[in-house]
Amino acid sequence: MNARVVPVDVPWRRETASLGMWVFLATEVMFFGVLFLAYMHARIVDPQGFAAASRLTHEWLGTINTGVLLTSSLTMALAVRNGWAGHRRLVIRLLWATAVLGLAFIVIKGIEYGLEWRDGLVPVLNFTYSGAHRRAVETFFFLYFLMTGVHAIHLTIGVILVAWLAIRDRDPARPVRRRESAECIGLYWHFVDSIWIVLYPLIYLVDLYR
Amino acid sequence: MSAIAAPLPTVPRESFLTQGYTIGSWLGTRDHKRIAILYAISITLFFFLGGTAAAIIRLELMTPQGDVVSADTYNKLFTLHGVVMVWFFLIPSIPATLGNFLVPLMIGAKEVAFPKLNLLSWYIYVLGGIFTVAMLIAGGVDTGWTFYTPFSTMFSNTHVVLAAMGVFIVGFSSILTGLNFIVTIHRMRAPGMTWFRLPLFVWALYATSLILVLATPVLAMTLTLMVIERVLHVGIFDPALGGDPLLFQHLFWFYSHPAVYIMVLPAMGVVSELITCFARKRIFGYRFMCYAILGIAAFGFLVWGHHMFVSGQSVYAGMVFSMLSMLVAVPSAIKVFNWTATLYKGSIVFTAPMLYALGFVGLFTIGGMTGIYLATLAVDVHLTDTYFVIAHFHYIMVGGSVMAYLGGIHYWWPKVTGRRYSEAWGRVAALIIFFGFNLTFFPQYLLGYLGMPRRYHEYPPDLQVLNVLSSAGASILAVGYVLPLLYLGWSLFKGAPAGPNPWNARGLEWATDSPPPQENFREVPTVTQEPYAYDPEHPER
Repeated sequence: MNARVVPVDVPWRRETASLGMWVFLATEVMFFGVLFLAYMHARIVDPQGFAAASRLTHEWLGTINTGVLLTSSLTMALAVRNGWAGHRRLVIRLLWATAVLGLAFIVIKGIEYGLEWRDGLVPVLNFTYSGAHRRAVETFFFLYFLMTGVHAIHLTIGVILVAWLAIRDRDPARPVRRRESAECIGLYWHFVDSIWIVLYPLIYLVDLYR
Repeated sequence: MSAIAAPLPTVPRESFLTQGYTIGSWLGTRDHKRIAILYAISITLFFFLGGTAAAIIRLELMTPQGDVVSADTYNKLFTLHGVVMVWFFLIPSIPATLGNFLVPLMIGAKEVAFPKLNLLSWYIYVLGGIFTVAMLIAGGVDTGWTFYTPFSTMFSNTHVVLAAMGVFIVGFSSILTGLNFIVTIHRMRAPGMTWFRLPLFVWALYATSLILVLATPVLAMTLTLMVIERVLHVGIFDPALGGDPLLFQHLFWFYSHPAVYIMVLPAMGVVSELITCFARKRIFGYRFMCYAILGIAAFGFLVWGHHMFVSGQSVYAGMVFSMLSMLVAVPSAIKVFNWTATLYKGSIVFTAPMLYALGFVGLFTIGGMTGIYLATLAVDVHLTDTYFVIAHFHYIMVGGSVMAYLGGIHYWWPKVTGRRYSEAWGRVAALIIFFGFNLTFFPQYLLGYLGMPRRYHEYPPDLQVLNVLSSAGASILAVGYVLPLLYLGWSLFKGAPAGPNPWNARGLEWATDSPPPQENFREVPTVTQEPYAYDPEHPER
């Protein structure tokens, strides 16, 4: 019997909260799924246009960002892990490392947006591209800004949550062992990371091998 | 009538209703029972708003000429009716009111898993409602509840953005309700409450919640894309912008077809509870009912393309969607057969809730069978966008879901309020609604078959007789819907105290006081038996 009526004990609360988080992440997958489907549809309509658009992206910045975000997932996982063992100081350092790496990702993304603005690749606001497949390139960059923008919003929320956790953990009266908040924020962080793992090839690797 | 225990019952002095009488104690509550009542009040307001729009539509259709409202106003009326009834009444109806109240009680829990999120979900609902009312005051929207592109993004000069924002926002209240139910049902069951001892109502809400959390985000993102396309003129749905309107339809129906099951699965759960109680017999084929519920929820995700048979999607896709749609009939038929088998040799009592439940079974069957017609590719080409479709889905949503909702409201009314309503008036209202409903919507099957298209405010004069019959039915239906407000409202103050279990029903919710105490149960219940241990040989037990 896995069910109880009075939720008092900590493992029970942690499992309940993390089930809630998993269900929430399922809704997030469906949310992003619409964008992936829209991308797939537009790419099938004009594959050459998407290849041309992808060549205009800054794949080095994207690759560096992939490395940054994967590393942040490592520090996040280590923070949750060390929380189980109760190593408070290590947990706080790892959380700050995670938050800083997340922030670095956002800064690099901002630099990339700036370069795209300079190149006139921002639909609606500043779109000057006039080569072949103009329509598909515009659609590509529309989806690019939408998908990376929604992702960046999620990441910003993640950075705030991780920083909040790190500040809260300085209070010695709070247990760092087996907390549902760390578990849930960790799950969320890895989810945001895995969305990027899907976005990275969709944006940067469409035509790289040629 | 079921037996009443010898000493006259009284309303308990302490209950969730006595925990504070201020407005703040309601608006800040984390008690799932109070949140259920907040929801009930709000969805009732929206029900009558949507109903008023329908009344004007039926008034317009009394005559073949467009004489009551202009064509533009008519478009806005049926859009308002659709948006309000689907998202602000039907989807939250049973889950957010009866579900919120009953799920923790039925599984023997003290509260839902995330009480604060539960309250937040109601506030989000209200915010979405404010957007919808703002849209109405600003002048309405004329796209139909489906927001089809490119009309909604390019051509309509009405308040599409406000309407879409309202729907977008209210979606998150559905998501939070679904999330809460899933975790509550997994984690909060009382000792001994195994999965196959859960009442079917809980099973139905579990399946509904899965659909809510998996389908609603798709609608949210689709509407976001639609709004971006409308505002910024860049996008992926409008062919003039290099997009594809069929993509919108696919995404929209990927949500909106499962949404039909969001509306009808909880109704099936309610009806299972009512029929077994008033036939005094355990439900026939309990496990089959569970699997049928899950089957409907799963198949519901695979049939959206049957809304697009004439849209230009590939004919092979049409054939596959047609076959899959017919497969939904299998679990649905299992449920109908099991309800009738439950009635067989039962000790049937025709209480008001039972009348609603029996009405549901008949009307759901008609609605379901005509669904098979519409799922048939060739027939659907003739019937697409006619009143046949309107009649079909109103048989499911009004004849099905609304009947079950009202049946559930009557059945659990004594549990929620601690008082009994007038059974005679209850039966009268149930019969008026059943009669009014059929008079309203059966002629629409005929109208649709004769080729009358939906969404026009004029029609050829030879169709007037059937339209007048339908409008007459609508006025009877309106009387039927107002009546419960009166006698249920009266019972709040003057109704006889109900006692814990006025129907002599099974289920944990009847094992506690009516109204239940704040913590639901005075001590943690332990479950030792199946949910429906009724005995038709001894109906009094």
